[in-house]
Amino acid sequence: MTHWLIAPIILPALLAPFIVLAARYHIGIQRTFSVAGVIAMIVIAAGLAMESADGTVQIYQLGDWAAPFGIILVGDRLSTLMVLLTAVLALFVLLYAIGSGWDERGRHFHALFQFQVMGIMGAFLTGDLFNLFVFFEVLLIASYGLMIHAGGNARLKAGVQYVLFNLIGSTLFLFALGAIYAETGTLNMADLAARVAQIDPAETVGIRVASVLLLLVFAIKAALVPLHFWLPSSYAEAPAPVAALFAIMTKVGAYAIIRVYTLVFSPEVEATAGLHDVWLLPAALVSLAIGTIGVLAAKRLDRLIAFSVIGSMAMVMVSISLFTPTSIAAALYYMVHSTLAAAALFLISDLVRTGRGNVDLTAQAPVAGAALTASLFFAGAIAMAGLPPLSGFLGKLLVLDAAYGTDMMVWVWVIVLTGSLVSILGFARAGSILFWKAHSVSPSPDALVMPRPAVLSYLAVGGLIALLGAHTVFAGQVHGYTTRIAAELFAPDAYMDAVLNTPGKLSTPSKEAH
Amino acid sequence: MEFLVASAIGIMTAAGLYLLLRLRTFPVIMGISLLTYAVNVFLFTSGRLTIGAPPVLRDDMTTYADPLPQALVLTAIVISFGMTAVVVMIGLGAFLGSDDDHVDDQPEQSGGPT
Repeated sequence: MTHWLIAPIILPALLAPFIVLAARYHIGIQRTFSVAGVIAMIVIAAGLAMESADGTVQIYQLGDWAAPFGIILVGDRLSTLMVLLTAVLALFVLLYAIGSGWDERGRHFHALFQFQVMGIMGAFLTGDLFNLFVFFEVLLIASYGLMIHAGGNARLKAGVQYVLFNLIGSTLFLFALGAIYAETGTLNMADLAARVAQIDPAETVGIRVASVLLLLVFAIKAALVPLHFWLPSSYAEAPAPVAALFAIMTKVGAYAIIRVYTLVFSPEVEATAGLHDVWLLPAALVSLAIGTIGVLAAKRLDRLIAFSVIGSMAMVMVSISLFTPTSIAAALYYMVHSTLAAAALFLISDLVRTGRGNVDLTAQAPVAGAALTASLFFAGAIAMAGLPPLSGFLGKLLVLDAAYGTDMMVWVWVIVLTGSLVSILGFARAGSILFWKAHSVSPSPDALVMPRPAVLSYLAVGGLIALLGAHTVFAGQVHGYTTRIAAELFAPDAYMDAVLNTPGKLSTPSKEAH
Repeated sequence: MEFLVASAIGIMTAAGLYLLLRLRTFPVIMGISLLTYAVNVFLFTSGRLTIGAPPVLRDDMTTYADPLPQALVLTAIVISFGMTAVVVMIGLGAFLGSDDDHVDDQPEQSGGPT
């Protein structure tokens, strides 16, 4: 057992207090440590992903207590992929925050950022449901601070809604955990999977309630209709780099659904049949419709992007809720794409805000640095709307292909294709108002000259767009990898064996030794 | 005792849900507090109700109290206490800033209802 698996959690957990305690008045030192920490995290995450790439399930037993008695961290292909994605996203977001000066507009940006990354990493790595709750709270409490970073009334009001909604989600999570523990006597995911499969199909009331409550919690995180109301205001009002980092937070919900509902409550389990395997897909399709309508109806660029996040999360959920290996592979491919595209778009909306002072979708005088911002917006919008040649198009093809031949094929195809058309219209409208109509408006003589965004900001956004390009070029390899992940998820024996049969304190062999 | 505990959880949850659906920050925060009390008791009972039983293995004992839910409740209490403090501070900030403590978006705001 190596200790590297816990490093993505320990590293930010040590950096954040250091930044608060030792460097709180030195923005330069804060930036140096924050960036160095995130770069180190990418290296560690890449190492972990390489370690797991051949299908090895890495295990870390905290305090050397064997599962199911101790908390354990599990690094398989899926979780190490998500950890790597988070680390890479965090680097670009951090560079943007430094380049645009967002980190100086309030206190403790870097410390909260590190705590946020710590919570996300922990949520991806843990193999224990209660520990998942704790890491959810870690990432949420850091996100509350980041959400209202730099203050302002609109932001505080949106912050109150965001915090209240998530507090309700946390309470539901606890109810679900209590019900699961009362029914099965364990909270370790692998152990839970073994025990849920043994539940008598005649006595399933408790476990069905628990399963639905848990799904509601994850659906709140993933912004699935009808639990999406918190997202548009919070993402639009949050500082742009924070909203870009939040792009991974909705994926935490999707990850948790994939993990728990393939491992524990998989569609084959008789005790929970007829719940998520039936109701998740219609909810996801309605979310997709609402997200794309929101894109068309939005009056401000940041809200437009927030609704496009709901739409792209809904695409991920449509694909997940088909619950076949091909559909999960497509969902994972689309999830990586959607994270990068959403983050890039939020950062671009901040470039627009820097260049013209607001993000209202009305014709105004040309924004400073318009040519570069417009071309980045063009690339980002193509990716998000799912037009060729970028990875959104390939992702949607994969989702459509996964739905081909299923009972719901007509619904999925009609809504996905119509939704794509509508969101193309929405993005085209926004882009033409922001950048083309600007030339027909003569600037008023007393208008303030807005500064051009910093070079580092452009580099950060350009980096994200370049990653989208790479995600397209290497689509074959990435999809091959997600296919292997999906196969692993539907044959969880290696996972369960690694978790439950790794010796540690209190495991059966050591008991004999005593 | 089962009836007492179950009805206590039920009444607190019902009252909490009612307050959650109110429009202003203070009742909503009260509702969340009631819900967290309810969930704490609920977690506590998820290890079965036992009276006077030790949570640690001993040779002369046959019935035990489950220690794990007690640890879970402790964690949950700490977290919900901290979260309530945070939401009170943010809510107070929003109220003092805009002189309005509605939790929903008001129509005159530029964003409109969402």
